[in-house]
Amino acid sequence: MNENEPGDSSLAPSHGSAGLPFHSSDRPPGPLTGAMSPGAPMAGSFGTAGRGPRLLSGGGRRATAISTVSTLVVLAALVAIFLAAPGSSQVRHTFFDPHDMWQSFIGDPQKGYYSVGEAIWLNIRMFLAAEVLILLLALLIALIRQSTSAVLFPLRVLAMIYVDFFRGVPLLLVVYAIGFGLPALRLSFVSYQSYAVYGVIALTLSYSAYVSEVYRAGLSSVHQSQVAAARSLGLTQATALRYVILPQAIRNVVPPLLNDFISLQKDTALVGVLGAIEANQAAQIYGSTVFNYSSLTVAAILFLILTIPLARFTDRLIDLDRRRRLAGTVT
Amino acid sequence: MTAAGLSAPRPGPAIAVEDVDKSFGPNQVLSSISLSVATHEVVCLIGASGSGKSTLLRCINLLEPIDAGRILLLGEDVSGPGVDANAVRRHVGIVFQSYNLFPHMTVLRNVTLAPMKALRMPRPQAEEAAADLLSRFGLADKRSEYPDRLSGGQQQRVAIVRALAMQPQVMLLDEVTSALDPELVAEVLDVIRELAGGGMTMLIATHEMGFAKDIASRVCFLEEGRIIEQAPPAELFTEPRDDRTRRFLRRIVDAGRL
Repeated sequence: MNENEPGDSSLAPSHGSAGLPFHSSDRPPGPLTGAMSPGAPMAGSFGTAGRGPRLLSGGGRRATAISTVSTLVVLAALVAIFLAAPGSSQVRHTFFDPHDMWQSFIGDPQKGYYSVGEAIWLNIRMFLAAEVLILLLALLIALIRQSTSAVLFPLRVLAMIYVDFFRGVPLLLVVYAIGFGLPALRLSFVSYQSYAVYGVIALTLSYSAYVSEVYRAGLSSVHQSQVAAARSLGLTQATALRYVILPQAIRNVVPPLLNDFISLQKDTALVGVLGAIEANQAAQIYGSTVFNYSSLTVAAILFLILTIPLARFTDRLIDLDRRRRLAGTVT
Repeated sequence: MTAAGLSAPRPGPAIAVEDVDKSFGPNQVLSSISLSVATHEVVCLIGASGSGKSTLLRCINLLEPIDAGRILLLGEDVSGPGVDANAVRRHVGIVFQSYNLFPHMTVLRNVTLAPMKALRMPRPQAEEAAADLLSRFGLADKRSEYPDRLSGGQQQRVAIVRALAMQPQVMLLDEVTSALDPELVAEVLDVIRELAGGGMTMLIATHEMGFAKDIASRVCFLEEGRIIEQAPPAELFTEPRDDRTRRFLRRIVDAGRL
């Protein structure tokens, strides 16, 4: 048998694409080819050169120069407006005072305020705990909603009501309801947890509704022929799901999943309304104690430090995925 | 090979389809169709697209439920209620037009997944069996590749190996060369010829008339979910009795495919 036929890797295994002989050697025309033309050097200042949907397209050195100048001009204009505003010095003192920023970052319990830098760890811990719980609960809900068995009908209805409910109710209200409602019930164990635990429960309930829809989109993105292939080999529904369908479904939705988690990272700040000392709450306490709100700027910077790496990582994954797909169709 | 298959004593047909009806909504795809395939026999289904060939194969593999009639595999009724479809499918391999390999798994893993998970074969044993099959079909050096790195012909051969790894009693091939570039068709047909030579019972839906002529002990012409005519290829291709068969074959000849 010959292993290296002409037109070797150009055959995309695209589902059911009619096997007419005209897709042999040309790359499939796609919307990507124009915009993604390789080779054009990119402005390095954005840090996305050669990756993902480019901030700049085409151009070379001249484009780099133009983009650098225009960026500087825009920035300078914004700074000038800020500095020229009538209340500028007041705002700078209230929100950007270096001394207050440092004080709120390190905190001083003797003077009645907490360290924002320490409080952010609570956000991180809540985020990590909620993330794991959300991934599991959302998957369960998605699988129930995608099930077809008649026995599971009541569960499907419940899952649908769950998703409709928690997608419709503002997260802040869920935080209040859980954070004040569960303790009020005075049940043993359930009612005597810390505010952070209630916060994690609220975040999990709310986000699982969204994330289950992301999973569901992933599950329906796996072509029906993959199910047929798996079942035709005698694999049970559960085995087919676990080894054939889910791995492909999850791979397809990693970017939107990460996007939801970027949002989750900052929504941990809402738990502060219960009195948990997370970064946002610590910053507000500083503000109302010292009457300077530079602490809020510190909290904002800390949240940015958390979310930006995840955002860049998501971009990178999207790009890797795009390349992987193209690699399958273009030699 | 066909003569040997027909003369050997057998308890019953490997596949027996009896008066099967199948509709998709208002579309009747199979109308009271009956067909039997003896052990070691190779039967080809020909007919225009939409004549019901693929649906018939999918019904035999229990991928589609039937509306009426019976399907017997190795003498056992598999269309009734309470049949373990998974157990049945382990004995019936099916290969699809669009290969349907698992894109996130290497070739080796594609082939070993079902033996390991459905037959509970230990991994070393499954991998050894898979490696044997892959080298038998000239794919030994592709075992660590992902499907999207292979040509269509190679992918389809892997799909055939994947089905064979379950050691099926019967193979159903659903237009397995229709998605291939013309120059890749031969390598896949060679594999099927080898299987036929080894005595595999096969029911093959195909558009390759030359191949059907050459490999089939019997050719069935389907139109609108009915078997219009069935005969040994020498007879059906040279002196078809039914007008509809004649018309179909004339179109094929005019298209230069016979």
